[in-house]
Amino acid sequence: MATLAQPRARQWRISTSRGVVGVLLAWVVLWIPLHGINTLALASSELTPLHTWLNGLNEAVNANRSTSPFFLYVIDPIRLAIDALVRVIQGLISQPALGRPAPVLGWLGVVAVAGFLSWAFGNVKVGLLTVFGLLFIGLQGLWQEAMDTLALTLAAVLVSLLIGIPLGVWAGLSRRVERAITPGLDFMQTMPTFVYLAPLTLFFLIGPASATIATLIYAVPPVVRITAYGIRSVPATTIEATESLGSTRAQTLTKVLLPMSRRTIVLGINQTIMAALSMVTIAALIDAPGLGKTVIKALQTLDVGTAFNAGLAIVVLAIILDRVTTAAAARADVTRAPSPREHRRRQVLLAVGGVLTVVCMYLSYTYVWASTFPSTEIGIGSAITRFADTVTDWAQTNLSLITAGFKDGITRVVLDSVEALLVQSPWWLTTAAVLALAALLGGLRAVISGAICLALLIATGLWSDAMATLAATIVATAIVMVFGIVVGVWMGRSARADRVTRPVLDAAQVMPAFVYLVPFLALFAASRFTAIVAAIVFAAPVAIKIVADGIRTVPAVTVEAATSAGSSTWQLMTKVQLPMARSALTLATNQGLIYVLSMVVVGGLVGAGALGFDVVAGFSQGTLFGKGLAAGLAIVLLGIMLDRISQAAARRARDAR
Amino acid sequence: MMRSWRRVRIALVAVAALALAGCGGATVGSSGSGTSGGSGPACGTVNLAINPWVGYEADAAVYSYVAKTKLNCNVVSKDLKEQVAWAGFGTGEVDLILENWGHPDLTKQYITDQKTAVDLGPTGNKGIIGWYVPPWLAQAHPDITDWTNLNKYADQFRTSESGDQGQLLDGDPSYVTNDNALVTNLGLNFKVVQGGSETALIQSFRQAEAQKQFFLAYFYEPQWFFEEMKLVKVNLPPFKEGCAAEGPGVACDYPAYDLNKIASAKWVAAGGPAVELAKKFQWTNDDQNAVARSIAVDKMSPEDAAKKWVDANPDKVNAWLPATS
Repeated sequence: MATLAQPRARQWRISTSRGVVGVLLAWVVLWIPLHGINTLALASSELTPLHTWLNGLNEAVNANRSTSPFFLYVIDPIRLAIDALVRVIQGLISQPALGRPAPVLGWLGVVAVAGFLSWAFGNVKVGLLTVFGLLFIGLQGLWQEAMDTLALTLAAVLVSLLIGIPLGVWAGLSRRVERAITPGLDFMQTMPTFVYLAPLTLFFLIGPASATIATLIYAVPPVVRITAYGIRSVPATTIEATESLGSTRAQTLTKVLLPMSRRTIVLGINQTIMAALSMVTIAALIDAPGLGKTVIKALQTLDVGTAFNAGLAIVVLAIILDRVTTAAAARADVTRAPSPREHRRRQVLLAVGGVLTVVCMYLSYTYVWASTFPSTEIGIGSAITRFADTVTDWAQTNLSLITAGFKDGITRVVLDSVEALLVQSPWWLTTAAVLALAALLGGLRAVISGAICLALLIATGLWSDAMATLAATIVATAIVMVFGIVVGVWMGRSARADRVTRPVLDAAQVMPAFVYLVPFLALFAASRFTAIVAAIVFAAPVAIKIVADGIRTVPAVTVEAATSAGSSTWQLMTKVQLPMARSALTLATNQGLIYVLSMVVVGGLVGAGALGFDVVAGFSQGTLFGKGLAAGLAIVLLGIMLDRISQAAARRARDAR
Repeated sequence: MMRSWRRVRIALVAVAALALAGCGGATVGSSGSGTSGGSGPACGTVNLAINPWVGYEADAAVYSYVAKTKLNCNVVSKDLKEQVAWAGFGTGEVDLILENWGHPDLTKQYITDQKTAVDLGPTGNKGIIGWYVPPWLAQAHPDITDWTNLNKYADQFRTSESGDQGQLLDGDPSYVTNDNALVTNLGLNFKVVQGGSETALIQSFRQAEAQKQFFLAYFYEPQWFFEEMKLVKVNLPPFKEGCAAEGPGVACDYPAYDLNKIASAKWVAAGGPAVELAKKFQWTNDDQNAVARSIAVDKMSPEDAAKKWVDANPDKVNAWLPATS
């Protein structure tokens, strides 16, 4: 079988890549006489009728919010319920409650409860990690802020799970439901938060509810998707077996589907927590309390050290939550029942730990020393701040000449050419070329999605800006994939490399972009390239992790066989491991693209212009609100188009094999 | 079994010891740290919007400090972007904005049409908008501060973003700009590049000064960064009434803005000491810069910075307070 299929797949690949090169060549040749006409350019202060109409939408909400029954009977109850939930959690760990000047649980109580739960649901290792991580944050001098952040994150995650898990189960059971909600999930994940942040405060007022909802819009999709995937990957034979034994649908769900997909669902929860934490800084723009405020305030005076210290606390929180949920997933997966003796021992230990925890809770409720984190002189916060300042200063003075040259080179050689091709081509030429590529790579379905997205892009009135953003996105994704393959292969082949690199990748994913934008601006000036670098920092970790996982799943037997047949390391990588991890590579490209797109708005803050700037401007000026919203839609459309084409291409490549 | 029971016993002893050891020290809420009972008349609560720039924070710090310490008001600060803060007048969640830069669209929506907000008069601060160069450049090429000479140097201002023209970097889109029209109408060989944030502008100025690079950008005063670096303004054709303040025909400098205070109509109608303070609150650019410097450069907390300024300027503060007290 395999030997027969091989040449056909090879042939398909060769003919496709010839086709792609042909289309690109034709595009460039046609560009020479045609460039500069029908580019649909729009000046930065110009508006289309659609943008003006969208402006009116904002005002209509504003005018009707106190009288419309929709607000009185739908929006207001939701707001009150979420506000109440957040206040309960805040009263528990971060804000004065029950008429006392302190929260119910002081720092000692929080550390004890968190440590105990991590140990009980995970293992001893993550329990210790939790305790030391939280103490570290306290020593950074950020206990109060971190608890505010944690309270809001927990509330958002709780509501996300309440909505997300049932929806995910439903989508897992019914293909039709899944198809219906997927565009909605895409929309929620790629629509820039800046677009809906201001309108949200009109609906849900300024307060915890708005911040929580802004966070959950971004945090719900992962758990829905991953839960659906988990339910779906339960083997059909298992389900049939239970049904033939006479189980009802409800029984099948609770006794078979949910237990068997528990591990996957916990991973979904994990991703939702990460997504919620990544919203901390943006929510601070509408008065969400916590570490995000510290970052934003520090940024106003370009105080990199303080921003880094707060960013580091977010990273520590993220790593704790990630490792604990991962350990919980692993425990959920353990099928081996412990021996009665082991079981008993564990129960005794848990009981003792529980008593200890309750004592700590009581102490932290009663005594000031256990309630408010003592502000010691040995605090490590100032040391971290100074260290970050020193490093940035050094880099800014010593590296900026080299980095500026590098930026100029890449911009001139790569970025400017790609952008010229996309922006200066007539819209119909670009459309034709993109659709031809979609046909070659993904077939009919890709062409249809591509055509719809491109038509809607033209309708947003922001074609030219969208093409400029697309150019930067393509360049950024290409660089992301270079990192993804190089570092991913290294990590996949060496467990030690994985151990060293993984925390760095986690940090890069969760550290708020605002923290490193200042040094990046010094190194690469306010430019499109700075935006690309920021996008790479955020997107490369995902690609690297996926590639590493792909490499690791190549069966050890295959690797051994190749090695014993005399392959060199290089041959092993290029001829065996990478080709066998091809599906991981396409997934990495797909995710890399989406993550790069989610940084478009951040790019707008550092000189990328185009759609990112349109969104930022719409957030700042009422008259540009409609244009910002249209730009947000354009980003969503670019995302959906790239996603559908790359997925169709991946499917085709798989089928051809 | 025996071993594990012994461990439990040790643990229990440890717990008891911990509990006993912990039972020292002050208890929560015992130190009478409730609201410090003031003697003056009740003032109520002010919901004060804090827009995200240091100058605004200086205004807010001083207003809050005076309102809290001299008038016994309860001030609730809310960190918000301008648009969100204005929308807060309509929803009743914001009472006061202390430093407003123009915003004709919001003025129309909330003051003229919705009537949920009112203008409380100038803060005394003059907002100056214009094009600035780093100090070294003005020193090395004094003629560069005259706009007619800009084209002579256009080549030097080129960057990877501006192609074969000179670069004029614009910043935070919150502020009014006509730079595209200005460049065209003045016939300058420059291209407006959108930096996208104040951070981008300040960092670029620092870098340009450190490395003696040519750099031209849109900037504004009052601004704490002037306490770190004395940027030099480029003289455009002076502003005259009628040279089309905004719009496509503009060919002169930006007018000076009188920054003003905006308040919720309902809050002002209810009256009270906090409203009176907001109405009378006025100071100069130098005053604001002094407080902004304490916050941004000396890294003082806003409260400490406000206290320092209030203690040093009793006359100005007394002028804001009711005459009788």
